[in-house]
Amino acid sequence: MTETAVISDRRLEREAARRSKERRGQAIAAISTFVVVGGIAALVLTSPGWPTVQETFFSWSVFKESFPDVLRGFWLDVKLFVVVEVVVLVAGLLVALVRTSRAPALFPLRLLGTVFVDLFRGIPTILLVYLVGFGIPALQLSGLPTDPVVLGGIALSLSYSAYVAEVYRAGIGSVHRGQRDAALAVGLTDSQAMRHVILPQAVRRVAPPLLNDFVALQKDVALISILGPQEAFRIAQIAQGVNFNYTPLIAAALLYLAVTVPLARVVDRMGGGGGEVR
Amino acid sequence: MSDAVLEVRGVTKAFGSRQVLRGVDLTVTEHRAVALIGASGSGKSTLLRCIDLLEDIDDGDVFLDGEVITDPAVETVAIRRRLGLVFQAYNLFPHMTALQNVVLGDMRAHGVPRREAEERGRALLARFGLEGREDDRPDNLSGGQQQRVAIARAFSGRPRALLLDEVTSALDPELVGEVLAAVRDLKAEGMTMVIATHEMSFAREVADEVAFLHEGRIVESGPPERVLTEPQRPETRRFLSRLLEAGRI
Ligand SMILES: Nc1ncnc2c1ncn2[C@@H]1O[C@H](COP(=O)(O)OP(=O)(O)O)[C@@H](O)[C@H]1O
Ligand SMILES: [Mg+2]
Repeated sequence: MTETAVISDRRLEREAARRSKERRGQAIAAISTFVVVGGIAALVLTSPGWPTVQETFFSWSVFKESFPDVLRGFWLDVKLFVVVEVVVLVAGLLVALVRTSRAPALFPLRLLGTVFVDLFRGIPTILLVYLVGFGIPALQLSGLPTDPVVLGGIALSLSYSAYVAEVYRAGIGSVHRGQRDAALAVGLTDSQAMRHVILPQAVRRVAPPLLNDFVALQKDVALISILGPQEAFRIAQIAQGVNFNYTPLIAAALLYLAVTVPLARVVDRMGGGGGEVR
Repeated sequence: MSDAVLEVRGVTKAFGSRQVLRGVDLTVTEHRAVALIGASGSGKSTLLRCIDLLEDIDDGDVFLDGEVITDPAVETVAIRRRLGLVFQAYNLFPHMTALQNVVLGDMRAHGVPRREAEERGRALLARFGLEGREDDRPDNLSGGQQQRVAIARAFSGRPRALLLDEVTSALDPELVGEVLAAVRDLKAEGMTMVIATHEMSFAREVADEVAFLHEGRIVESGPPERVLTEPQRPETRRFLSRLLEAGRI
């Protein structure tokens, strides 16, 4: 009886100490945030150029005027993003499967897969958009797409499929070889082992890095603006030229953030080990 | 060649310059269990993997029911469907439940319809004391439970012979018994087995024959009471006395 009372006292003491430590930590965090953020704000707001910057970057009236157009353009970005994402998920997987296959008959395909990845991962995405967007129409072959949105989508798909193929391939390689042995031992074929045993584990493991690549893709969709389509960045640029005011670009930036920040939080949530993800 | 289910003849296997098997001969007749003993690194796992065609052998042959299975022209997948292999480290599929682990081979390799496969799978899990754990994932099961799921999985394809690779050596001592009970159960129903093991008392109890693998060959084999109590070869004697010192007998 007395003994538990003694322990309780010690325990209360410890808990009180822990709480006060926590409170002090929170206070320090709040104060330092206030000082840093306030300091930067003060620096910017008192800078000699601030009134001009405020007018040219953060003009409410320009924002209101340009926002509907930019939003309409952003819709094109979102559509393109979704289509390219689906293409990339499938094409990347196919390339990864080809590259990890063992069948001798698939050697030429394996070689092709390696060349594909080296090539399209090695060329800057913006350059690829130029080459595909202006190069393919220049060939003047009938049957090839000429719509700049389609061409831009193809360029983005090539670039991101190459990245995503490597992510998948790393995931496949990270599954212990005992898993394949066990699948073969119960009588599965190589491709059944891949489909039912190895791929499901690999995909769970690479889900966070895959999502990460999609945050990047969502931003890179803006690169098709160099081919002319009226997507958010392009429209914002035009509006900026008309008004001599950069606020439309801020509007576009906010729209991109509205998609990429939630995506980033999802990545965070899934982060750490993909192993626990079910 | 009488009623031999498995026959290993002059099998050799090297990994690079490391010669692991140097001509292994082993015959397992129907309903009999052979305990494969030998020091760690002597090639027990390699031999079992060669029999299940998970490794390509260099020379010699393996026969299953009198038919050569190590010929390059033989369809390996079809042969593996007639054998069962239980791994030392269980190798369960972590993304599947216990029941899914057990029925995967039945459904995908043997073409058993889902309902029937699951019915059989449940019965099999219950038989090995896993009733109520059907929907658990491997990482929610103890080592002993996982290994029993692995045994059920290997057994579900109704193999002609079961290959067990040190099925208790990854387990805490108190979990060994439940796994050995599962093997005993299979033996009682007449399963033909090759059991790589370090459990000499278990080998003595359940095996009809003990084969000692040493430097890539079976140097001594025979009834357990003879090989384990009056070994004829000095290598066997040395191996057993080392086990005795380590308290493993
Ligand atoms: N895939 C492999 N590559 C290279 N060496 C291997 C491989 N598998 C096994 N070995 C080697 O073969 C020898 C026998 O291993 P193993 O069959 O696991 O022995 P045991 O099961 O009797 O302990 C060991 O020296 C091991 O290092
Ligand atoms: Mg071993």
